Amino acid sequence: MTVTTGIEKKPAVAAPPAGARARFRLGRTAKYVLLVVFLVVVLMPVYVLIVTSLKPPQDVNPESAWALPFRWPWESVVDGGPTGFDNWTIAWDALGPAIMRTFALAIPAALISSFLGAMNGFVLSRWRFPRADWVFTFILFGMFIPYQAIMTPLVQMKTALGLPSDISTLLMVHIIYGLPICTLIFRNYYVGIPMELMEASRVDGAGMLRTFRSIVLPLSLPGFVVTIIWQFTSAWNDFLFALFLSNQREGPVSLALNNLAQGAQLANYGAAMAGALLASLPTLVVYIVLGKYFIGGLMSGSVKS
Amino acid sequence: MRKGIRNWGPPLLLISPTIVILGIFVYGLIGANISVSMTDRHSLRPAENFVGIENYVNLFTEERFLHSLYNLGIFTIFFIVGTMFFGFLWAWMLDKGVSAEGVFRSVYLFPMAISFVASGVVWRWLLNSAEGDRASGLNRIFESLGLGFLQNPWWSDPTWGMAAIALPAIWQLSGYVMALFLSGFRGIPDELREAARMDGASEWKLYRHVIFPQLSPVALSALIIVGHMSLKVFDLIMAITKAIYQTEVPATYLWIALTANDYAKAATIATILLLLVAVLIVPYLIYTARAEKANR
Repeated sequence: MTVTTGIEKKPAVAAPPAGARARFRLGRTAKYVLLVVFLVVVLMPVYVLIVTSLKPPQDVNPESAWALPFRWPWESVVDGGPTGFDNWTIAWDALGPAIMRTFALAIPAALISSFLGAMNGFVLSRWRFPRADWVFTFILFGMFIPYQAIMTPLVQMKTALGLPSDISTLLMVHIIYGLPICTLIFRNYYVGIPMELMEASRVDGAGMLRTFRSIVLPLSLPGFVVTIIWQFTSAWNDFLFALFLSNQREGPVSLALNNLAQGAQLANYGAAMAGALLASLPTLVVYIVLGKYFIGGLMSGSVKS
Repeated sequence: MRKGIRNWGPPLLLISPTIVILGIFVYGLIGANISVSMTDRHSLRPAENFVGIENYVNLFTEERFLHSLYNLGIFTIFFIVGTMFFGFLWAWMLDKGVSAEGVFRSVYLFPMAISFVASGVVWRWLLNSAEGDRASGLNRIFESLGLGFLQNPWWSDPTWGMAAIALPAIWQLSGYVMALFLSGFRGIPDELREAARMDGASEWKLYRHVIFPQLSPVALSALIIVGHMSLKVFDLIMAITKAIYQTEVPATYLWIALTANDYAKAATIATILLLLVAVLIVPYLIYTARAEKANR
């Protein structure tokens, strides 16, 4: 069982109409040139991030902004002065604990909302009840609301209940607001795979939970990979909930990074850029290793099943 | 559908926690938000009087709020046009068999994996408004490429500043729109193109009458998704400029109001945002639900 994203190349590519060969070749060259230009433009911010993060502060100035570093990252401008690697040390000291906290937030958030989403998706597609479509729309709406629309009462609620400003509150919030998308992904996933086995087990008199556990769950791995990646990435990258419900001391990496970039050491671009790279590393690794599933999640954001 | 509580009882029971939780945290809190927006709770003091739509009237007659709507409008226009343009262009170029397609695709899409806060760090530097000798970022590269006339103050420009803020957003989401269009292109059966060619359709006519109509549902999805992301824009602006008047949009204005404990004002802005998004999303959800029913 695989997840298809719908964007892979089709196996056979139709040959161009004959007689258009020369024009075709010229067009082809132009196309590749354009594609490479766009490639360079898209990667440009990454170049800036890496290069600047490896320069000692004295070498970060407007004239050489785009230049490669003048010295190795372990060398300093004056003896005993800061080196390029010092940026990374500063960034790690500022972000390290927050990165650990964000793992403790994003992993359980991803696992729990995925599991709940799988159960919801199952009963909305394969073990239906009257008005299931209404319930689905009711759930789906939560995916599209701007979270600002619930933020004021949510902050008031947090204060009234005396909830902590740490990871635990954010974990609850990410699970709750992750339910709609996880339900959607699993519903669409279950609709798409044939389940004669499930029907058979139902005819044999197996109950709902038993069918879910022994027939449906074992087939659900690709769906889980998609929702876990999706939830992990959104919890990791979240800034809105973190800012309103948490603080820099107890909150996730997005707050710590924002503080590092805009905090007291305003001029230290190198450390800020090293921090941006550090904070992006987990989601980038997920994207590079599991890209196909990542895109699968993106595509299901567009609702159509 | 099978009848009887023995059949629909268990599934309803299984999904009921979700219904209750979302009932409280989505619908309940939206209701609470609207009711706060109709009170005079402008400070920490709990004394509340019902004031009807007074807060809405005040907001729409306030220069500052209208300015934030103007900013949001400029941002949205550039963001949507930019992502749709590059997304379509990239998908169109990649559709017809390009070697190393996977490389281009992955690189174009990768900014999607990065948070706005992280990309804000580098874009704040790229969009540095200094020009001439002090220029860095994009202005510096224009200068050194002999394109000095392209130098501009970026987001500091009072009229078009928000278009500069749209640049990083376009950078991050064009790849997503590309993926949507690519799936659209690849969903068009080859037979359709072949049939049109057999009938002697020119390349333009092929696009005009076969490809564009087939792509329009995808284009609509892309438009809705990008549009609703645009209305919610917050992280990016906080990361690049912080919450300042120059680049203020309703979402950052809400943050200012809430940190000043003006709950009523924050809630009013939030309701307006919700209405803006709903105008876009509700017809789309109804349309999708109908289309799905028709397919069944």
